[in-house]
Amino acid sequence: MTGLYIGLALILLLTIAVGLVRVLRGPTATDRMLAAQLFGTTAVAILLLLGQAGNSTAIWDVALIFALLAAVAAVTFVRRRNIDTDSHQEGNRGHH
Amino acid sequence: MEPALIFDLILLLTLISLAWLLLASTDLFRAVVLFIAFGLLLALAWVRLGAPDVALAEAAIGAGISGALLLIGLGQLGSSERDRCPVRPLTFLQHLSAPVLIGVIIPSVTVILLLELRQLQVVTSGQQGLVQNLLSISGSDHPVTAVLLNFRAWDTLLEKGVLLLALITIWSLDQARPRFENTDIPPLLSGFGQLLLPLLILFAGVLLWQGGYVPGGAFQAGALLTAAMLLATLSGYALPSRWTGVALRLVLVAGFLVFLAVAAITLLLRGEPLHYPQRLAGGLILLIEIVATLSVAAILSAALAGGHPVTNLPPAATPTTKIEDKS
Amino acid sequence: MGIIDLISASLLLCSLPFFLAGTLGLLRFPDLYCRLHALTKADNLGLGLVVLALMIQADSFQVVIRLLLTWLLVLVAGATVAHLIAHQAQQDGHQPWRR
Repeated sequence: MTGLYIGLALILLLTIAVGLVRVLRGPTATDRMLAAQLFGTTAVAILLLLGQAGNSTAIWDVALIFALLAAVAAVTFVRRRNIDTDSHQEGNRGHH
Repeated sequence: MEPALIFDLILLLTLISLAWLLLASTDLFRAVVLFIAFGLLLALAWVRLGAPDVALAEAAIGAGISGALLLIGLGQLGSSERDRCPVRPLTFLQHLSAPVLIGVIIPSVTVILLLELRQLQVVTSGQQGLVQNLLSISGSDHPVTAVLLNFRAWDTLLEKGVLLLALITIWSLDQARPRFENTDIPPLLSGFGQLLLPLLILFAGVLLWQGGYVPGGAFQAGALLTAAMLLATLSGYALPSRWTGVALRLVLVAGFLVFLAVAAITLLLRGEPLHYPQRLAGGLILLIEIVATLSVAAILSAALAGGHPVTNLPPAATPTTKIEDKS
Repeated sequence: MGIIDLISASLLLCSLPFFLAGTLGLLRFPDLYCRLHALTKADNLGLGLVVLALMIQADSFQVVIRLLLTWLLVLVAGATVAHLIAHQAQQDGHQPWRR
């Protein structure tokens, strides 16, 4: 079974590496943020698998922290103002 | 090849290319998202290196706080300042600083370090055995906590000082500005806040307490509390601005001061700083950790605010309201 | 290999397509809203199946609760973020893709 856990974790890691293309390409800031959100979920899965393979509950704690904080960056992103890197946005939203 | 080895190799390659990509990125927002991804993978790397304590800290700081910090910082740059740096005429010394740094200081430090490296004793077994032998008198059942708060407590004390210095630097640069609109918060977000805030505080407590026997501790717990503060602000539960006075400053320095007081008292009574009496070691470590958790949370939250608090403003201009110019 | 291991292994293998679909959708779908849709597959079913596979292997009730909590947290975060991002994108005037 350990081989299966590590093998699956390996494939999931590869999906993160491939998904980086979306961060690089964009085109909008939101697209990049979405990719980061998916990486977070995938990392939780990888950590659970590594924890099971290594029989270590400390690794599951790391997964739990990731799960607790999964929304923090994205919520900050949505609620922030004065960032205007989206090429698709019209007008200038808010300034100091 | 072993699947675990392939996993490590791919992790390593992805980390290195990520580091390069984010440093070479001209689009700052893209660099921020790459940095968030870098933090995620770095936590995985610490897990693979068998260091769950560091992985926990990296998860709490890298996945939660630093991404938000950079996003907020990016917002503060504003659209006009982001693309060009203000050009000011440099003084003679400022002109000289870069060549001196690159040409003299960095090479000499490198040479010194390389010379030191040759004299370094190679201890292949590490200090694990030594720490395990002394664990029973350290006041903690977890080797990492024993090292951080007893055997090498001096380092941790200075670390708290560094954190405080970082905040003083931030405060000296700018005043805290409103970052988020406090109107028009989606109901889903305030519901999410209500659900997650108690859980974040609960797990901060869990991490703090379990630091005594398994991976966890003050820094990780403080980072979770910071995430709770940030989420509270984002979902419309901002703290009243009158809390930014003396009380805030007391919480900010408490972690460092309590630690320093323990060092001073042990120096006076036992002749050596931070040399705890064996009977009191557990209690002292717990005291330092609890106060440090609150201070770390306060310092990181204040850093997220991005500047020193403005106390003498009328209530209408508290940091949580924002005059928005919708075009 | 016992029967529990067999079920667990097949659940793990079933989770893989959802993660792959999430990444593929993220890369290949034409606009933001479609990519958002692809993303939730990994949150809900991909991670859900991994958690289920590990849950039936668990030797104590505490472990089951921890796994379940991790999944639920990711689920809640994913749903909230998906809603907020779609809402924001709509307000910013992103038009949904039409064939």
